[in-house]
Amino acid sequence: MENEKNKTNIVVHIILIIISLTMLVPFFWMILTSFKTVSETMQVQPFVIFPKEWKIDSFSTVMKEMNFFVLYKNTLLMIFFRIVCAVLTATLAGYAFARLNFKGKNFAFTLVLIQMMVPVQIFLIPQYLMISKMNMLNTTFALVFPGMVSAFGTFLLRQAYMGLPKDLEEAAKIDGCNIGQTFLFIMAPLTRSAMVALGIFTALFGFKDLMWPMIVNTDKNQLVLSSALAKMQGQFVTDYPELMAASLIASVPMIIIYILFQKQFIEGIATSGGKL
Amino acid sequence: MKNKKMSSQQKNEMLWGWMFILPTLIGLIVLNIVPIFQTIYQSFFKTGDFGRGNKFVGFDNYIKVFSDSEVWQSLMNTFKYAIVEVPLSICIALVLAALLNRKMKGRTIYRTIIFLPMVTAPAAIAMVWRWLLNSKFGLINNAFGLDIQWVSDPKIAIYSIALIGVWSIIGYNMILFLSGLQEIPGDYYEAATIDGATGIKSFFHITIPLLSPTIFFVCITRIIGGLQVFDLIYMVMDKTNPALSKTQSLVYLFYDYAFSQKNLGYGSTIVVLLLVITLVITVLQMKAQKKWVFYN
Repeated sequence: MENEKNKTNIVVHIILIIISLTMLVPFFWMILTSFKTVSETMQVQPFVIFPKEWKIDSFSTVMKEMNFFVLYKNTLLMIFFRIVCAVLTATLAGYAFARLNFKGKNFAFTLVLIQMMVPVQIFLIPQYLMISKMNMLNTTFALVFPGMVSAFGTFLLRQAYMGLPKDLEEAAKIDGCNIGQTFLFIMAPLTRSAMVALGIFTALFGFKDLMWPMIVNTDKNQLVLSSALAKMQGQFVTDYPELMAASLIASVPMIIIYILFQKQFIEGIATSGGKL
Repeated sequence: MKNKKMSSQQKNEMLWGWMFILPTLIGLIVLNIVPIFQTIYQSFFKTGDFGRGNKFVGFDNYIKVFSDSEVWQSLMNTFKYAIVEVPLSICIALVLAALLNRKMKGRTIYRTIIFLPMVTAPAAIAMVWRWLLNSKFGLINNAFGLDIQWVSDPKIAIYSIALIGVWSIIGYNMILFLSGLQEIPGDYYEAATIDGATGIKSFFHITIPLLSPTIFFVCITRIIGGLQVFDLIYMVMDKTNPALSKTQSLVYLFYDYAFSQKNLGYGSTIVVLLLVITLVITVLQMKAQKKWVFYN
């Protein structure tokens, strides 16, 4: 019996190690390539795995060619404002949808559900035209614009409020709190984990968004990391050491943040993804 | 008297309620609800060259879409992508979640690694895979002694891209399954072990049925996501790639028409088509779920 269990354990580990390697190899290859010379990457007889010399030239070139400081700033600003807007509006609306009874609530909630059911691309042309008419192309505002409210976040926070016990509000009411005070001091603090989950979700998908930033911000000082990488690929077509170096510079900070806060990341994704 | 008091309380609740939902409601209406109608409206117009002029043409765009072989091809490409990406990523993620749902050494490390692609920008993912799959200098062909044109052979390019999609989404699905699994009480497995069910048996008879609501949710979101594939195709396929016409998805075509060629009318028509397909598939799944999803 014990022996059998050990055997299964070994098989499980072997499967997991193979999968993990499949996940990691592309990242290793990104790192190895970024330290090679172009001629090393274009050599097959023999095929070069490790660079002969670990050259950092590609990094210094892309640092010079692409203004990563600006790219990071733009990306962070976009993510920051999207999180603030989404969490604020969703917390308020989520509470009302979960805990208050009023006329028109169901109709309003139907709009939330409709937004969640249709493909996002259907909003893009009108959203683009609005930004264009406001003369706001190539601004941080344009990047934040579609994320100012979050139907998904509203839904998530509503679920969080629905899970709280009813007594809390009644106790607050007896103590003389009005609805605003009950919300602000009693209820909202209890949904902190849902807010964190929404924040992480918003940050991750903002960071990964490619099409919207490409549409509204084309000026080279207003690009974000993802759209800058896309643009760069068109220019450096075959210089893979430089493409890989740029990919690394763009990816590493998010990966470090993820590894530091992985518990929050995983829980955030699990709650936000699983609650629908 | 009592009645009047009730109504003032109701009034109060109504006031607060509307105040709370107002920001979200205005945002949703301006950013989402009105645009849905604007896009549908726009799909009845023909845009002139360079995005100038807007002429009402009735159903002309729709007639054109249905006879446009490029649209049909991109629809096929999108389905091919989804048919590979969705089931494969769900099955692998399900097995991984079942394997990781126990006390074992290295559990956190495995989970961290498998989720890693989710925190990487799709542009970076696409670039490194394009390089790995390069037919002459790529690691994969050289390591295994193959000579496959992964992304430029029109017959297989879309499947290569779908495999990249699988690679990048497994971690996400796995996390959702893991959190679903944590809600299955351990007693079920203990009882099964006493009855003599082994790991694989209990996977099919306990894990899958009890996890079916989560599986259903992941299915719906993945199919919708798969139908919207864009980033990977846009980044992996060059404009000059001979396989482009056999890989461009519906959303790729939408982006190309609406934002590269500024043909807003035709772009809108394509995205309305996507809307209809998405809704039909969602409704079909909702109907089918009664047959296999198991709610306690």
